[in-house]
This record gives sequence, structure tokens and C-alpha cells, in this order.
Amino acid sequence: MRDTFVKTLVELAKENTDIELMTGDLGFGVLKPFWEQCPDQFTNAGIAEQNMTAAAAGMALNGKRVFTYSIGNFPTLRCLEQIRNDCAYHNANVKIVCVGGGFVYGSLGMSHHATEDIAIMRALPGITVVCPGDPVEAKLATKAIAEYPGTCYLRLGRGGETEIHKKEFEFQIGKAIKIREAERIGKKIAVFSTGAILDEVTKACNSLEEKEFSIIQYSFPTVKPIDWQAVEVCARKADVIVTIEEHNIMGGFGSAVAEVLAELGQKVKQIRLGIEDCYCTKVGSQKYLREQYGIGKERIEEAIENFR
Amino acid sequence: MNSEELAWKIRRHGIEMTHLSGGSHIGAVLSVADIIAVLYTDILNYDAKNPRWEERDRMILSKGHAGAALYAALAECGFFSVEELKTHYADGSRLSGHVSHCIPGVDLSTGSLGHGLSVAAGMAYTLKKDRRKERVFAVLGDGECDEGSVWEAALFANHFRLNNLIAIIDRNYMQSMDFQENTLEMKDFGAKWKGFGWNVIEIDGNNHRQLKRAFQKAEEYRNSETHKPTIIIANTVKGYGVSFMENNILWHYRFPHDGWEYDCAVNELHQSIPPGVEDIYTPKGIEKPIFPTEQDNINSDYTFTYTWNTTYPERMRRVEAVGDSNKRKYTQQRKEE
Repeated sequence: MRDTFVKTLVELAKENTDIELMTGDLGFGVLKPFWEQCPDQFTNAGIAEQNMTAAAAGMALNGKRVFTYSIGNFPTLRCLEQIRNDCAYHNANVKIVCVGGGFVYGSLGMSHHATEDIAIMRALPGITVVCPGDPVEAKLATKAIAEYPGTCYLRLGRGGETEIHKKEFEFQIGKAIKIREAERIGKKIAVFSTGAILDEVTKACNSLEEKEFSIIQYSFPTVKPIDWQAVEVCARKADVIVTIEEHNIMGGFGSAVAEVLAELGQKVKQIRLGIEDCYCTKVGSQKYLREQYGIGKERIEEAIENFR
Repeated sequence: MNSEELAWKIRRHGIEMTHLSGGSHIGAVLSVADIIAVLYTDILNYDAKNPRWEERDRMILSKGHAGAALYAALAECGFFSVEELKTHYADGSRLSGHVSHCIPGVDLSTGSLGHGLSVAAGMAYTLKKDRRKERVFAVLGDGECDEGSVWEAALFANHFRLNNLIAIIDRNYMQSMDFQENTLEMKDFGAKWKGFGWNVIEIDGNNHRQLKRAFQKAEEYRNSETHKPTIIIANTVKGYGVSFMENNILWHYRFPHDGWEYDCAVNELHQSIPPGVEDIYTPKGIEKPIFPTEQDNINSDYTFTYTWNTTYPERMRRVEAVGDSNKRKYTQQRKEE
């Protein structure tokens, strides 16, 4: 996903010299294609995220489209006020890019887990929150936000994510993507996810389908603005909506869906899967931590089966 | 309008605006008034009729709490009507206490300290990359330099050789609760900036001749081979121009109330009104002013951090105000036995 992002950005930056990439001294190797091919549009701002983000705002206010790049919580929480005051308030054309949404940097520990970022960025007015689920979504999302004139947050996984979408499709900020809708007898289950957990979710849905479950699956690459319409359609059709995110269950994607459901007033039940409002104290790979914290494929499957 | 005239008007508007609104930070408005005045009369390229003019110099007031000074200058320079200044803080006004970019002529909203220099650096970086000739000016407070992000920006500006960036520090030696030395001691301030690679000019920041010469020097630096950013450390007095506000921390937050505070502030300004300048609020000053009484302890400096951490082995209080003057007294630093 990370490499897809860089590759896409290189293509865009070659066509549009207003595109700038700034890094907080991270992306060794990864960003190489960019600085080799667009050296004039690349800046290493050093390990100083507050300055990087505010300087990006200054650049954007003078006509640039600036992508700030770092990992985990460094491009967001470390410089939150610069995002709020300097970028979002001025509607500055800054795209904040986080590599390592969720448990990507598993064994590195809690400091490197971005598990509250969606909630926090979503709470800031004027910020579009985009969390692509696979490399195809990442590519299309990168193109879309580059064209979008305002502050955006792009939350990426790392590398090696499975391509869930077999081909490119029309990508629109704020639109969810339907992955499947199987007509079977019995209770209808709508499964929504955002971000790279899509892989685990899809695997769980595959195996549930084999067990004759009636599944509607959507990927939500945009958390803000949330696709109200997709939620509404499913709220009418389904008996339960399950939301899954590699993120705290508080304030993030599940909460965004819950806000819509509460106002729709439908009878549909919602199950929110995510990290149960705790910090990660266990050590292990992304896969291991997903399982431990209730969002691995098996645990998703279990939660849905228990409902039936 | 020359810089002395504008500076006087900024001070007069500042007193009126804080008086009417009950707003804070008159001390900072008075200390920065001369810097802002010289910038708007002698230094900045701008077009008041076209505030977003691409070839304007960029100007960021990073110490956004002194917003009244900037608003007064912008109004006097024709960005909006002087009449509007009276709406400062009021319901439905555009003039928020801290600087807002919703006002014509303002490039950046500020108010949270430690943002302005970074944004200014980003602007200067872009302008330099695009080989444009506009300059970027950022006015900071010295207390603001407690913020680590200021020093991140200092590194960045040197590294990218932002010679089109000129920062001015309103060095009034005071911050929100006390003198800076009693809060977080700022040793060798100029040397710090020098150590970060900047050209450093140190002057009396309430003296217009020195300010103008400093900007001239900054211009020479900008055109020199070194390509370094320049900082002007403008040593000022908080509350400058109204003797009972000078060096008195009370006036960081207090506004001139009805009665002797307002009357004496206005009349003191009138003693130094430049010829030909009109005071739109009180053209002749206040004819029958109220004076402070015995109970009005006007010369206390209200700083009191020496009462904190009384058991702490190091003595933290290094500076005392000298009552009824704009002087500071440095106390001997010593270890408690």
C-alpha cells in the first residue's frame, strides 16, 4: 500500500509540479523513487513534525499541494494543533499521510500503533479522512485526494496487503464500495470495514458465505464524510450491521456508522469490532495483535456467527 | 503617515480597544507597537485594496495575543475601516482577541504560540523555490520561544537557507505570569539564534531609528552570499508608553478600567502625541482625569513566583521589577544553604 502510494504520487507529481512531498525523516528506501524522480518536489523536514506540518501549511497557502509523510502517530497526534490551526482552519491544501495505521508496526510497541488517529482526525472540522483497504483503493484514494482542494488525512497500511479489488473502479471520496451481496435465506448481515483490516474481513466473509450466511460486504475507504447512503440502504435490508476497524472502538469508523444509524432510527442492530478501548501491552506481529485484540479473521467470524 | 505617528495610533487604539472590550494583552500591544508600525510604514510591500496581492510581503504575527496592535495598523493602513476597531471582542465582530485570517491583510491566524515561525518558514521556502522575490516577516514573542516548535523552525530555516525570512522577536522579557528569567531562563538569547545559524541583529525595539536600521541591515543580509535567515531581537518594554503599565505583569491580562486607569493611560499618551496626529476618541485627552488614590497600588509588579516552591533548593527568582520605572533589577543568583 505504501509503495503503491509512492508510485502513484510520483506519477501525479511529474504531471503537476505543485505537488510536494515532505517527510519527517522517515521512509528510507520507500520514498526513494520520489526523490529520485522529483527531487525538486521533495523535502526532508527532519524529525520535527510540528514544524513540518506548519511549514506545509505555509507552502500550501502559497499554491502548493503538500503531502506530509510519516509513520504511526507522528504525522497526526504529535502535531495535532498544527493540523487543526494551521492546516484545517485555513483550508490549506495539505495531505497528511500516515503509514502504519493500526497494528502495522506490531512488535515495535504501543508508541508506534496508530489506534486512535481516525477518531481524532475525524473530530477536526475541515478534514477528510481516507483509509484505503487495499492497494487498489490506496492508488485511487491518492489520486482523488491530490485533486481535492483541502486538508485530508490518508491512513495507509504498510506493504504486502492483498489486492481485494480485482480491477479498478470509479472512486469517489465519501463513497463506500460494495464487495458482495449474497441472497440467501436467513438473517442478513451487513459487514462494513475501513482500512487494511479489509483483508481479514474479506477472508471471514468468504468463510461465512461457505457456511450459507447472507452477507452484504462494503469497504469504506472514506470515514469522513461517511457514506450515509450506503449505511441507510443496509440499515433497511440487514438485521445486523457489523463494523470492523483496526482502531479503538471509540470515536472511529464504528462510531461514525453508529451516528448515522442513530439518526436513521432503523431497528437494525450494530456490532462494533475494534480495539476495546485499551492500549496494546502485548508484543507481536500485526497478525498476532489483530487476533489478540479481537479483529483477526477468526474473531470476526466468531462474532458474526454468535449473532446468528 | 510616518512610523512614529502610526505607533502612537496603535497605542491609542490599543488602549481604547481593550478598554471597550475588557480585552487582555495591552502590555504586549504596547511593547510590539513600534515593531508593527515600522513594518507597515517603512518595510512591508502590500496593497490594502488588494490584500491577497501575490507580490505582497507575507506578514505573520505569531504572538497572536497582540492582535489589537496588528488590527490597528491594518485599519490605519486602509485594509478596513478604523471605525471597525471598536468592535474588537464584540458579538458578531471580525476582530477576535487573537489574530484571525478572516480579516483582510492577515496571512495567518495565530493565538497558539509556536506556530508562526514554522508557517513563515514554509512560506519562505515555497517563495524561494519558486524564485519569487517576496519576503516573509514573522513577529514572535520571547516568551513564545519556550515552545519547542520555534526551535524546530529555526533549524529548518537555516538548513534551507531561507534568506527571505526575517523574524523579529518582541523581547519584552516578560511572559504571562512573570519575567522570563523567573519562568524559564533564556540564557544568551542572541547566541542561541546564532548557534542555530541565523544572522542576529540586536536593538532597542521601541526605537524607530534603530528598528529601521535593523531592517536595512536585514536587507543587506538577505542579499549577501550567506543565504541565512535573519532575526532581529528587538529589546522592548512590556507596556511601553504608559508608565504604570511598564514592566508590570498585571497588564498582561488587565484592561484599562473606567476611572484613573483609562484616564491616566490616555493622558500619558497625549503627552507624546506626534504633531498633526488626531485622537479620534478623545481629541484633547481627558480634561478632568481621575487620579489613582492611596489604595491603588500602582507600582507593584505583581510577579510572585518567588513564593512558589519555597522548599526548592535553588533560588529561581532572578529578576525583580523596579517600581515606577521601566527598569528591571537583576538579583544575585545564589544557592540557599
